[in-house]
This record gives sequence, structure tokens and C-alpha cells, in this order.
Amino acid sequence: MLRRRAELLQLTRSFFAARGVLEVDTPLLARGLVVDAHIDPISCAPQAGSAAPRYLLPSPEAPMKRLLAAGSGPIFQLGKAFRRGERGRQHQPEFTMLEWYRPGLGYHGLMDEVGELMRALLGTPSWEKRTYRGVFIDLLGTDPHTASTDELAELATANGVRTPQGSAADDPDEWLNLLFATCIEPALDPQVATFIHDFPASQSALAAVSGDAPPVAQRFELLYGGMELCNGYQELLDADAHRARFEAANTQREQLGKERLEPDAQLIAAIEHGLPECSGVAIGFDRVVMLACGADSIANVVPFAD
Amino acid sequence: MDYSTSDFRRGLRVELDGEPYTIIESEFMKPGKGSGIYRIKCRNLIRDRVIDQTFRSGDKIKAADVVESPVEYSYKAGSKFVFMDMETYEQHEVPEESMVGAAEYLLEGMKVDVVFWNGSVITVTPPRQVDLVVEYCEPSAKGNTATNVQKPAKMETGCEINVPGFINIGDVVKIDTRTGTYVERVSKAS
Repeated sequence: MLRRRAELLQLTRSFFAARGVLEVDTPLLARGLVVDAHIDPISCAPQAGSAAPRYLLPSPEAPMKRLLAAGSGPIFQLGKAFRRGERGRQHQPEFTMLEWYRPGLGYHGLMDEVGELMRALLGTPSWEKRTYRGVFIDLLGTDPHTASTDELAELATANGVRTPQGSAADDPDEWLNLLFATCIEPALDPQVATFIHDFPASQSALAAVSGDAPPVAQRFELLYGGMELCNGYQELLDADAHRARFEAANTQREQLGKERLEPDAQLIAAIEHGLPECSGVAIGFDRVVMLACGADSIANVVPFAD
Repeated sequence: MDYSTSDFRRGLRVELDGEPYTIIESEFMKPGKGSGIYRIKCRNLIRDRVIDQTFRSGDKIKAADVVESPVEYSYKAGSKFVFMDMETYEQHEVPEESMVGAAEYLLEGMKVDVVFWNGSVITVTPPRQVDLVVEYCEPSAKGNTATNVQKPAKMETGCEINVPGFINIGDVVKIDTRTGTYVERVSKAS
């Protein structure tokens, strides 16, 4: 496994070197974050005394975007990321994230580049692209952009999904996520690399939202081998929109009984300075290694599991 | 008492829709969007059926008050079977309906496994094999020892099992309680 893992790390570096994408290694410790309602960071106190705690970054997105704003051009990072409370067959609190950004390339083009990387690492011959709306209609007969919360709840309960407790039961995105994980993901052919794109606007994270009707988040995910391998976007460029999304995420965190998180002020300053039009993607590298080795747990593809 | 989804593990007893279940498999999934979810496979302890259920991470689930005890069969009183708990010496009465698959093999003093839910018995499991005396069967024909002919035989406990032709009244035979079939002769009638 160690050899195979080393091979894949090496192949990844060659893939990007051949395409003129620069490797960067940005700090893992930060004072602020890309605030997300459902991602909890590990915080620590690297300095003794009353210095403010730092976070171990759940992804290198913020420092990499600061580099982009400073004119770095296309960059990639292959390094560790940290998330609190995530441990399971596909999760480890410390894991390896491959993340890269392509100025001037739209998210559809980036999907193809992810596909080409899968070909280089796993021998994947081809890949499919389907819309979020498309898979819901094909597999559940429901339009996720227009279905009411009640309709979604009924569909979910009929499929063995227990009603989430508290206010979550009123949030259509909660039902959509439960339906996606319970009915859609397992129904996709694990042998086929499937990109799902154009998510509901309410699930846009830091993706740009299109002007279509209904508006969709220009966001994509790769489902392959029964696992969610990546999350990619046409990146949001507006600083005010960033502030608003971080605030909304913090409000949602409070509603969920979680602590507020410090937004990354330096990221916002960089966005204000100007981020080039770009798309970016983050891949759970350990899961790619799982597919390459036929492993059924992430614990089997890392040198020492937590 | 309540469990949280993070307590999920194989063997945990939970109550769903008013019935007791035991978790067979549990998996945590965290989609790149949204909160984590737990998917479990669990077996209904009363109906013996397995279902899949999905929970949002962090939600609470009722614990099922399920207890397993070794008990000894004492006697039958009317339509109820009376057992004695080997640890507390308490007596438990179990109605006929809950005794399916077990009633026909019970001998006084036999040790069985019983599952209680909220204090009432929901399943009774006899030992896998029991030795029973044949109360009645057709006599074996002389010289028939080599053939595979089977005949019905009534056991001392009342159940009817097919036995080989050479078995006689008074023989003790070993029965597999899960399949209700003859295993071997333990001893001949004296």
C-alpha cells in the first residue's frame, strides 16, 4: 500500500508539472476560516499565553485564493487537511486533500481535467456528467428545485429516512441531502465516474450562482466507486457575497447549537483586491488511493489511522 | 434513555416506532454538503425482519429496554408456559403465542434463552439440539435396518418428527430444534 500510495502521489505531481500547474504548500494553521455550517475545524493554541487560538485548516482554499489574487496563475496543493468529528470508513479527522485552481477555465473544463487525472491515476477511460436536477428526476421522479419540503419529507420517509429532529425538518436542503445520500448516491453505478453538477442555489458554498431560472450553484461533485471524491466550483468573485455567505453560515451554526467561527479577513481582502475568473476543485486523495488499492476503509490506505 | 447517532454500533438495542431493534451494521457518511448521516441495518426483535434506516448525525434515538436471560422451563399452566430466571429465581409467564418454534421441544428443567423487552418476553429460543423420548411410532419391520425409509414419530413433548424406520417406541433421539429434524439415535429403548 505504501508503494502504491507513493506512486499515486508521484503521478499526481507529474500530471500537474506536465500541465504547467505550480505546486504550492500554504500554511495549515490559520486565524480565520471559510465558514461552513457543517464543517467543524480543529482549533489549537500554538503560542503560549493569551494569543488567539488558531485553526487547523479544513482545506487550503483560503490561502490558495490569496495566492491567486496575487497573480500566482494555476496552482495545486497536495497536503493535509483537518476536520473535527469525522471518522468512518471514508473519513479521518486528518486526511490528504488535493486541491487546484485554474484561472480562465470554466467549471465544465475543470470537470474534464479531473476526469483526465482519474485516467492517469486509476485508468478511468471515460466519465459522465449529469445535473443534480437530472438525477433526482431520473431516480426519484422529483424536481429538487421545485419540490416542497413536505413532498421531499414524504419521499424520504418512504425510503427509510428518519425525520431529522428540531428545525432541520423544515429545511428542504436537509431532506435533499438525506435523499441524495440514501437514494441517489447508492443507485449510481460505482464503475462509472459520474460528475453531478448544478446544485440548488441554497447549497452553493463558495460557488458562483448562475442567472438561470431557477438559479443553480455552479458546483460539481464526482461520484465514483460508491464514494464522493471531489467538490468543485466556478469560484465566487464578489467580496460582499463572501461576507454574506460567511455570516449566513455562522447564523446557521448558531441555530445548530454550534460555535461561531472567525471568517478569514485576509481572504476577503484578497477577494476585494481581485480574484481572477477561475474554477477550483478539492479531491479527497485518500479515497482515490482506496479505489486504486481496492480498499474498503480509509484506515487501510494511510500509514497510521487515527 | 436516549442514544445519540454517534453511539451506533453493532449489537446496540434501539426502539423505532415503538418496537425493539438490534443494530446489525452502522455506517457514518459525511457528504461534502450538509450534515453527516448514519445509515444502519437493524433487525426487528419481535418480527425478525431487517430494515435500513438513515439518521441525521447528532439526532437522538430511544434505547430499547432489551434484556437477555437464561431461564429454566418449569411447567405449563393453562395456556401459559412458566419459566424460572436462573439468576433472580423470578418466575415469568409466557403466553402460547410467543412460544412458536419452542413449545414443542420443552422438557421440565430445560434451559432456554429468553429475550425480554420492557419486562415482557418477546422470544424464546430452545437449545439447538434436544434429546427426546419417542412416545409413539410404527414398530420397525424386521430386516429393515438398511433402508432410508422415514416414518412419523410422536415425541414425549408432543411434536411429530420424521425418524428412520429402525426407531422404536422408547428410543431417545436427538432433534435439531431449528429445523425440526432427526439428527441421531441417542439410546435404544431398554
